[in-house]
Amino acid sequence: MVPWLSLLVALPLIGAVIVLLIPKSAQADSQIKWFAIIWSLVPLAVASFLWFGLYNPAVSKMQFEETAMWISAINVRYHLGVDGLSMPLVWLTTLLTVLSLYYSSFTIHERIREFFFMFLLLEVGMLGVFVSLDFFLFYVFWELGLVPMYFLIAIWGHKEDRPLYSSIKFFLYTLAGSVFMLLAIIAMYINTSSATTLGTFDFIELAAKKPFANDWTFQTLAFWAIFIAFAIKVPLFPFHTWLPDAHTAAPTAGSVILAGILLKLGTYGIVRVLVPIFPQAFQANATIIGILAAISIVYGALAAMAQTDFKRLIAYSSVNHMGYVILGIAAAVAVGAAKVDDRAIALNGAILQMFNHGVITGALFFIVGMLYERAHTRALAEFGGLGAKIPVYGAILLTATFASLGLPGLAGFISEFMVFRGAFATMSVLSTISVLGIVFGAAMLLWKVIQKVLLGAFDDAKWKEKESHGIHLNDLVRFEAITVAPLIFLMVLIGVYPSVILNTINTLSTAILSAIKF
Amino acid sequence: MFNLAFLIPIFPLLAFVLIVFFLNRNNRVSALTAVGGILLAGVFSYGVLFEAIGRGGELAKHPESFSLPGFFTLPTGKETFFVGWMIDPLAAITLFMVTTICLMIFIYSIGYMQHSHTDAQGQHHVTDDPRYARFFAYISLFAGGMLGLVISSNLIELFLFWEIMGLCSYLLIGFWSVRAPGEHHIDDAQTVRAKFAAIKAFLTTRVGDSVFFIGIIFLYIHAHDLTFPVIFTEETLHHLAKTEMLPGVPWVTVIALLILAGTIGKSAQFPLHIWLPDAMEGPTPVSALIHAATMVSAGVYLIARMFPLFLTAAETHGPVMQVVALVGAFTALFAATIGIAQDDIKRVLAYSTISQLGFMVAALGIEAYTAGTFHLITHAFFKALLFLSAGAVIHGVGTNDMMNMGGLRKKMPITATVFIVGAIALAGIPPFAGFWSKDEILGHAFELGFGEHPDPVASAVFVMLAIAAFCTAFYMTRQIFLTFFGEGRDHHAFEHAHESPVVMWAPLAVLAFFAATIGFINATPLGIDFFGKFVGEYVLGIKAHMEHTPFNPLVAGMSVGIALTGIALGYLLYGLRPLKHGQRDPLMVLGPVWTLLRNKYFMDELYGVVIAQKAGPAGKTGKADSVRVQPGLLLMFVGWLSEVCYAFDKAIVDGMVNLVAALGRALATVSGWIDKTFVDGAVNLVGVVTEEIGDGLKLIQTGRVQNYLLLAVTGATICVLVFFLIR
Repeated sequence: MVPWLSLLVALPLIGAVIVLLIPKSAQADSQIKWFAIIWSLVPLAVASFLWFGLYNPAVSKMQFEETAMWISAINVRYHLGVDGLSMPLVWLTTLLTVLSLYYSSFTIHERIREFFFMFLLLEVGMLGVFVSLDFFLFYVFWELGLVPMYFLIAIWGHKEDRPLYSSIKFFLYTLAGSVFMLLAIIAMYINTSSATTLGTFDFIELAAKKPFANDWTFQTLAFWAIFIAFAIKVPLFPFHTWLPDAHTAAPTAGSVILAGILLKLGTYGIVRVLVPIFPQAFQANATIIGILAAISIVYGALAAMAQTDFKRLIAYSSVNHMGYVILGIAAAVAVGAAKVDDRAIALNGAILQMFNHGVITGALFFIVGMLYERAHTRALAEFGGLGAKIPVYGAILLTATFASLGLPGLAGFISEFMVFRGAFATMSVLSTISVLGIVFGAAMLLWKVIQKVLLGAFDDAKWKEKESHGIHLNDLVRFEAITVAPLIFLMVLIGVYPSVILNTINTLSTAILSAIKF
Repeated sequence: MFNLAFLIPIFPLLAFVLIVFFLNRNNRVSALTAVGGILLAGVFSYGVLFEAIGRGGELAKHPESFSLPGFFTLPTGKETFFVGWMIDPLAAITLFMVTTICLMIFIYSIGYMQHSHTDAQGQHHVTDDPRYARFFAYISLFAGGMLGLVISSNLIELFLFWEIMGLCSYLLIGFWSVRAPGEHHIDDAQTVRAKFAAIKAFLTTRVGDSVFFIGIIFLYIHAHDLTFPVIFTEETLHHLAKTEMLPGVPWVTVIALLILAGTIGKSAQFPLHIWLPDAMEGPTPVSALIHAATMVSAGVYLIARMFPLFLTAAETHGPVMQVVALVGAFTALFAATIGIAQDDIKRVLAYSTISQLGFMVAALGIEAYTAGTFHLITHAFFKALLFLSAGAVIHGVGTNDMMNMGGLRKKMPITATVFIVGAIALAGIPPFAGFWSKDEILGHAFELGFGEHPDPVASAVFVMLAIAAFCTAFYMTRQIFLTFFGEGRDHHAFEHAHESPVVMWAPLAVLAFFAATIGFINATPLGIDFFGKFVGEYVLGIKAHMEHTPFNPLVAGMSVGIALTGIALGYLLYGLRPLKHGQRDPLMVLGPVWTLLRNKYFMDELYGVVIAQKAGPAGKTGKADSVRVQPGLLLMFVGWLSEVCYAFDKAIVDGMVNLVAALGRALATVSGWIDKTFVDGAVNLVGVVTEEIGDGLKLIQTGRVQNYLLLAVTGATICVLVFFLIR
């Protein structure tokens, strides 16, 4: 038996150490870049091999499991495994890391060694969260992912966008949520222990034992403590205000990972932890959570519409898009007469939406970054007519935008359809309100993004004048095209052939929901 | 043949992919690829049609559906969803219509997308549009979408193609919304108008589509499937009629009304009609193809496809059919009146399209299934013809404004002839196509509204449609006289005018042939009811219990009379004394009514967006700021709401976060002060005390040995004394 998942998590860690060890020389920077890029392909290859080669989508149980006792005094185990929820996210993490490193190797020019070290460390944290099945271990990786991102924003962030303020806000906000989670973890441990036996941190055992099953107050408290930690990460209204600041300040690759993966840690946690362990509490509070999701959807789209900064607009659109994920999850567990199949569709949609949002918004942040690299500004009012001037860029922006607003034939539609298909069965009023978000979302992207950036007449005189300041609006160059091409391909692939990923997800959703008594 | 029908949309889609990825640098090859794609699709479509005709009535009873198991599936819990296609008579005849019109328009576009201009030396140049290849890519994608929609066997697939068409519509309306430096085929004002028109079109239809989307979802929830052969069974329909959303409101009614919203958006029915007139900013072939013949009629096609559902809803005595009929009839009348007062040659046709789509929707609403679908087919031919010939005129004179035209029949005889053929067909003069289909709709409405059991809704529908038909004849006559007769009111434009190249007029001739003759496939007064037998007896295997209206000479006479009166009035006002340069429109005597019609009843000001050239010389400059873009009240509200949300976000939501942070820092400061003052103070106190003691003690530290000795002896004595005392 190959310990695949340990290997997967260890690979970037080893890479990070090697990055530190590459000797100082004139070529060290380019050696570090190329080493990191090539090395990061290995986890992608392993993850691809696992998902498309070894993983059995028909089985809902954990696969590639590894268990070992770590701290026996408090029954902490080194327990890894993946299922239909984590497998796609693991794969997406490795993919986005490769693309981010590749893109950064052309666009990051200072402190190369530290940047690539931090990035690989970040990958360790993210992969660790997705494969951990022990709450203690999960928490370690959860916090581990926080630190490199803090530095990425603070050190390599855009100087004019208050990187220090934004990074500290991001760090403290997430940390504040984690503290509640930690308390709940300890409480669950104590609750599951008895005079003779130790408690447990294991997700599978916790889901079977259902801590605080007879103590409603404590169950609700623990539920909310963990939920808030995850909701901050998602981010769900009203915990979202760290996101626009962090995104605006972060370097392009940082934004991509932040939107593509780190936000998913929140929704992943909700499905992994809260749905199986606290189904009753979740069900009782599903309406409140659904309301917060609906607010996120509508309000996120409206707040995005008011933005004048391209990157900030995309950041706010994440609030809208992640709202669909939460709506789907809440609808899947909500009280009601709906059948398990109806609920499974909602959960399928929510999980697929996590993946799709990672692909689409990841691509959009790359696209924003590419424009910023050229124009040295992100103010939407500065642009216009780029669709004629740089058509390849225009085509890619157009595709990503339409995927984002849920055009059928592209990825976003499938997940939105499934979320709403499930959500209307249990929460029809909230879903109807949320449909407004689809309209506002489309308005925001067409009116604010495409119209302002791509359409209109190109102001030749203005940009000619800027050329003397070293600003050249040329079309995409090869490395940029290579960076976004896989993401564009995924948008189309999932849009027309969703079962390639849905088969994996569907087995799991059905199993999770079948285990709950409604 | 049917089992290969899925190839029909594949060919144009393939052309799209080829052009985008490989051929886009070569304009000629791109155009030929697009034409080749649609030609192949046409060959297969004709094959499907002939086979369908061969099967006769059997096909209507048992539509053939196919699926591709294993390829496109949507796992949903334990259910799985398959992609497939379905052929029934309606699909077969629509395929024929779409591919024929597409082919003609594609060929026409080869010529239309070239622009002629005269350079400084007076040399005449003809150049391709800067994005010539892209245009053919887009229209190929569109054709794929439309053909895919026609053969879809389930509602989700239909919705997918529906939205792909919406995307193409957006891209093509906005085709001239970008201008690179050095391009002179359009001016900046055009880019501004085009981009806002495109956004307006997409978002307005999006509103309808979102409601339609909810309808699909509710249908999926309650019918457990979206595949037509599965949902249109007696059992499922019965189930939908029996389960209720609210007491007395069965789901079938709710779903049908939600689906109707999709039609209202896509087919530009009131109140979502506002996007279609502005969509005329796109190149004219696009207006003909998407905004007259095919995409906008997809909304009507949707109702026809879902007809069993609508019939079931009608049986439960929900007001569904009445709503459909009234929306259609009102739109028909409403748009026809606006059409009277427009000067833009394409916008008149756009309002005419809205109006004619209203006829079709109204026809379906009064359960005249055959008449409605028949009008869908005939209208597509003559309206495409009208648009393309209007395009030839615009291409010739370089303006859209009919007030700057006049006398063009001398310069463009072929174009004038085919335009008049189209106009007569539209006005409803026998034996041209429009007469047969429109007469059938009017006849049906009359029969229901004034027959044995008069239905007030049907009689209202009849009255509205009759007035609309009158307006139609009138505005077409006005258009013909303003454009082709009299004298050239703009000398420059008239001089510039020239007949189109053969690549443009040949397709017009083909379409004119169909516009004149296609009506004979269902000329009921002559005893020909091929179309009715073929399409109308069964709808998706459900027996259509609609009775054929016997031919009513009274109605036919009335409808011809209405058309002739409209033409006569138009001739009186515009034909007898053609407008001369600088003369005002005779209809301006209507005063406030004229203003109201001219401004389209101010709907744009209310909830749309006004996109117009400013009046006066500013409009002629071609500068971006010569366009007036004024959001309507509803849009201004949404914009305001978005600003309020963001202000709230910054001030309150983020304010709370920053407040917590500030409180934390304040607390830290306080605790720091306490720390320094008390906690650290205590520590310092110890230090201070030690110091003080030291200070006191140092007084005795004199440095003199004898003093130390004295101290030592004293100390030792005390110690000894103490020792002894204790003992």
